[in-house]
Amino acid sequence: MTTTVETPLLAVRDLRVDFAGPHGPVPAVRGVDLTVRRGETLGIVGESGSGKSVTALSVLGLLPHTASLHGSVRLDGRELVGLPGKELAAIRGHRVAMVFQDPLSAFTPVYRIGDQIAEAVRIHQPVDKAAARRRAAELLDLVGIPAPERALDSFPHEFSGGMRQRAMIAMAIANDPDILLADEPTTALDVTIQAQVLDVLRTAQRETGAALVLVSHDLGVIAGMADRVAVMYAGRVVETAGVDELFAAPRHPYTLGLIGAVPRLDGRGGPLVPIPGAPAPMADLPTGCPFAARCPLAEDRCSAAEPELAGDEGHLAACVRSAELAERRPAPAEVFPVPELPAAVGSAAGSGDRGSVAGSGDRGSRAPVLAVSGLGKTFPLLKGTVFKRKVGEVYAVDGVDLDLREGETLGLVGESGSGKSTTLFELLNLAAPETGRIELLGHDAAALSRAEAHRLRAELQIVFQDPMASLDPRMPIGDIVAEPLRAQHAAREEIARRVPELLRQVGLDPDHAARYPHQFSGGQRQRVSIARALAVRPKLLVLDEPVSALDVSIQAGVLNLLQALKAELGLSYLFVSHDLSVIRHLADRVSVMYLGRTVEQGEVSAVFDRPRHPYTRALLSAVPLPDPAAERARDRILLAGDPPSPTERHTGCPFRTRCPVYAGLADPAARTRCEQERPALVGDTPAQDHQAACHYPES
Amino acid sequence: MTTVAAEPTAPPAAPRTTGRGRLVLTRLLSARGAVAGAVLVLLLFALAFGGPYLTPWDYATPDFGALHQPPSAEHWFGTNGIGQDVFAQTVRGLQKSLVIGLLVALFSTVLASLVGACAGYFGGWTDRALMFLVDLLLVFPSFLIITIVSPRLKSTGWIAFVLLLALFNWMITARVVRSMTISLREREFVRAARFMGVRPLRIITRHILPNVASFLIIDATIAVGGAVMSETALSYFGFGVKAPDVSLGTLLAAGTSEAPVFPWLFYFAAGLLVLFVLAVNLIGDGLRDALDPTAGGPRRRRSARRKKP
Amino acid sequence: MLRYLAKRLSYYAVLLIAAVFLAYAISATALQPRTYFDAKVPRPAAESVERQLTALNLNDRTPVVERFGHWAGGLVHGDLGRTIHDTPVTDDFGRRVWVSLRLLLIGSLLGIVLGVAAGAWSAVRQYRISDRLLTVLSFVLLSTPVFLVALFLKNGAIAAKNAAGHDVIPFTGYETPGLTGGLGAHLADWALHLLLPTISLALGGLATYSRYQRGTMLDVLGSDYLRTAEAKGLTRRRALVKHGLRTAVIPMSTMFAYSFLGIFTGAIFTETIFGWHGMGEWLIQSINEQDVNSVVAVNLFTAVVVLASGFLADTLHAALDPRVRS
Repeated sequence: MTTTVETPLLAVRDLRVDFAGPHGPVPAVRGVDLTVRRGETLGIVGESGSGKSVTALSVLGLLPHTASLHGSVRLDGRELVGLPGKELAAIRGHRVAMVFQDPLSAFTPVYRIGDQIAEAVRIHQPVDKAAARRRAAELLDLVGIPAPERALDSFPHEFSGGMRQRAMIAMAIANDPDILLADEPTTALDVTIQAQVLDVLRTAQRETGAALVLVSHDLGVIAGMADRVAVMYAGRVVETAGVDELFAAPRHPYTLGLIGAVPRLDGRGGPLVPIPGAPAPMADLPTGCPFAARCPLAEDRCSAAEPELAGDEGHLAACVRSAELAERRPAPAEVFPVPELPAAVGSAAGSGDRGSVAGSGDRGSRAPVLAVSGLGKTFPLLKGTVFKRKVGEVYAVDGVDLDLREGETLGLVGESGSGKSTTLFELLNLAAPETGRIELLGHDAAALSRAEAHRLRAELQIVFQDPMASLDPRMPIGDIVAEPLRAQHAAREEIARRVPELLRQVGLDPDHAARYPHQFSGGQRQRVSIARALAVRPKLLVLDEPVSALDVSIQAGVLNLLQALKAELGLSYLFVSHDLSVIRHLADRVSVMYLGRTVEQGEVSAVFDRPRHPYTRALLSAVPLPDPAAERARDRILLAGDPPSPTERHTGCPFRTRCPVYAGLADPAARTRCEQERPALVGDTPAQDHQAACHYPES
Repeated sequence: MTTVAAEPTAPPAAPRTTGRGRLVLTRLLSARGAVAGAVLVLLLFALAFGGPYLTPWDYATPDFGALHQPPSAEHWFGTNGIGQDVFAQTVRGLQKSLVIGLLVALFSTVLASLVGACAGYFGGWTDRALMFLVDLLLVFPSFLIITIVSPRLKSTGWIAFVLLLALFNWMITARVVRSMTISLREREFVRAARFMGVRPLRIITRHILPNVASFLIIDATIAVGGAVMSETALSYFGFGVKAPDVSLGTLLAAGTSEAPVFPWLFYFAAGLLVLFVLAVNLIGDGLRDALDPTAGGPRRRRSARRKKP
Repeated sequence: MLRYLAKRLSYYAVLLIAAVFLAYAISATALQPRTYFDAKVPRPAAESVERQLTALNLNDRTPVVERFGHWAGGLVHGDLGRTIHDTPVTDDFGRRVWVSLRLLLIGSLLGIVLGVAAGAWSAVRQYRISDRLLTVLSFVLLSTPVFLVALFLKNGAIAAKNAAGHDVIPFTGYETPGLTGGLGAHLADWALHLLLPTISLALGGLATYSRYQRGTMLDVLGSDYLRTAEAKGLTRRRALVKHGLRTAVIPMSTMFAYSFLGIFTGAIFTETIFGWHGMGEWLIQSINEQDVNSVVAVNLFTAVVVLASGFLADTLHAALDPRVRS
């Protein structure tokens, strides 16, 4: 598929995009050069605000009207910038097609999926309605949507996220485009679904021979998909190289920092390296290198002028010291400062070494903080808008067991719909659960009086995923941090003393107590959120996806802070995340949920290195590694389809509809066991802290 | 716009204005329509309350030497059929209409925010009962009920009329507040407060109402205009303000039949009415743009990636 | 879908019953038909008043619930009671309802169609001259009460008549009395009489809907799916109409239901001002005559029309948006 021609398929030269702002134009893209050759995959990686999505949209002229665009975009040598609307429309969807990030909002909600795909066909091909519909069915079949004929008549809201993204890809390849632009195509999806969709993208590329431009913030996705990579920062490409070269020997300190900041599933890579500071403000860029303020290698000349993208054939970097980096090849931790993490109370937690943290002998002696057994919660399934009628039950949580001891971090892992959030809210309600038993610091939640529950709230605090959403935008952060203290009727002097202390503890300036949340960056806001949770000196902190809304370079800093606080204050964490790499990095023990049930639990290294449940194995294999060589070498277990609906209670094992082990069972009796008998959560040997709920576990 | 009460722990209030308040003010001032509206409203208020001191004429006392006189230096807006000074009457009517408009907007907004926030926050039967009430009141044109009841309120005067107008003017606002509350209730900062043990009424006053405040402010502004329009319409048909009180509505009613011949009896009052409502609407629109970051202005395309729940 | 609508319908039935009872109770207690008879010259004898009141089911010495029961019993057989002049309410009702509906339907439809079109167009041309002009116009209209619009139009028509020396546009009544000629002449006469009242009603709707439609259309303009439609290769214009406008009218259906009340209130004014013998004029007249049964009949009419328009809006919403149907 790689017929190399003289003129590149797509050549972007000196692309500049400005958005109209209240105080004059704000640059979003500042002189980007990109070249895409036939059939290749170019990965564009960067953090939010780096201009990567704007660059992709610019190619098709799909920017909003407030944007002004300069520079050149040539497709097969033909200039696209300034082309009249009609001619550009003939190219869009025909020669260059786009896959957007959020497939729910990217489909028109009122038309059927099949009609929308057929429309894409009929715009560019002189076929009748019936033929376009047949083609749409073929396309849906190609991207792996079951029963495509029926799927044609579905509305977008009737599809799951993964199905919508497949349909989006089907629509994009409807006219055999030469280039597919994919803007964060898997960001909103679960890892197992992400693996499916990335596979579909590869299929689509193979079938059409199109070049793929993949925009992503996820280094792992880029490492697994791209041939060449462009790293963007503050609206410019700061480094570009072949994928192996870039990951092995980055020549820009930002790339190096990014690689060091990502927690790795394989446990390699050492402690997380946060990049200090926050991304450069686009409205107010400094002269010189925009990364200089965060760069430990910065010199005087860095702030004098912005370095050009330069280097040898195929590997360019915009850094004055790139030659030095190319030669020395330092590890991230050798360049960026790594904070010293104190050893945790009661466990030998070093940041890199997690092996022996929660050895079973040691564990039994520590006080239990949280013990949950057989937790269940159903929601009524309602229909109707005025007189709501119950038509069934949603089994959101259906058998969850958790065990958390003092000073431990328990990671709770599961995809969307697995019941993680419901489990958390059941815990935080401090009331009798629907079924099962919750014991918090030795108190049975069912037996608490109102006053006792109120007092116990101080021992149990929560940090939410999105700090912007979890902080009241109308309150100064000083008041926000003080709120739990007030709720516990703390004295005024106590509050006045604690608030600055807490802000200092999480690395914020106590003088900023009167500022509002919107005046802080994402990472700082999450620190406010942590300070609020710590205000009443809790014993257990529930962390609900605390870093998943943050950029990687910021995420590392928050994770390190959490580790330091835990060691310093002797906290226990219940850490909920969909990101297995983060769990591997931070947790002592892990509990994996699927469809409302705990399917595997145990010590982190045991579960991650020797997963016994087929779901855990599939989950682990779906996580992309930020290491192209390792990523290529790995076996992948692709799960079929979506998780089944939790509206019916499944007899037997709920995972069997997607289970590769069940699918491979030849003996009908063995299959019947999976269908009839609900597997119990049991260990291989009683001594080992590792149990799985599977009839045929990997040993 | 900081509805947050000053707290003892927080440092002096000085830095607070650097936040939202100033932002809103800057945006409001940059909206020319809103500034023009605000200036107009201030002028009209000055006219309504300062006007009576500018003219020697009283709104009720007739000048028998000047019947049906067109505007002159003596009688700025002319006189009516029995020689009353139209300027004095208009100013007096404007005063009444403005006061009624403001009070109705105030009462109905308070009622709407209470009902809406409680229905939304507590849900269940509270919600169902309150929403049935809302639907029930929405089935009647408020006009009907007010016209039926108002002849009975002669003795209580215009205050009862204000209450009646307010009573039939809060339902749609309450519905909006309710749906905003329902989404706020599931927002993480409200959940966070709940999990920290903050009591429901405190959550409503400290978290929910401040966060719907921008909507309420905008809505109340526009409600002032609406209330003035309702008042004039009802008074025009004799169901609102009654003699000896005057409002713009009664003046319009008196002037209508003679408008083709003696236009000053009709068009001064009509013009002031339209001008005032227009000014209020302009302010409301400007406030909407200034308070709601998603409305109007150059829309920024949010390319920030969405992470999973 | 059918189930959804059936459920709405049953909710509306409950609302209607409650609303009608409430209307009856309020009218029957607030209005005092006794004063109407007492004020007659010569003053009738006390027993005669008493007898007449009881015969008309208007006697305030009978408990309200009992009177309502009597009235509701008649309603089941299509009987709305008798007016204070002892004529059947249904006669007046039957005559006036068509007069009002003619005005209401044409006025509100015109307002909706023009408002949606103007709002969508205004949004697409945001911040251009045409958008600004439409915005100013709709603001001025929104700030003018309907009765004032009607009065302005009427005064204009009177001025035109005075200038020309004869009627240019009719401004009283819904037909020329004693008009001879065929059906065509009658239709033309009706249309001419409809002109001013319809305009005064439609202008208010136009202003409200166009502002609202402009807002929803602006939301849609920034939506991801519109970008997708363009990325597929649709021209901007086609994408705007087929994907944009189609989605942006959905929230309007709810708006129609809410705004109908306002339109009806407006119609009361327009009817009175232009001398139409419709429901609005009847309401004001019967309140002044303390005619309880007629007032309740008008209330019943508005409640039914408001709920019908609500039902229509729900049906429209369900038809337009597949997401509500499931």
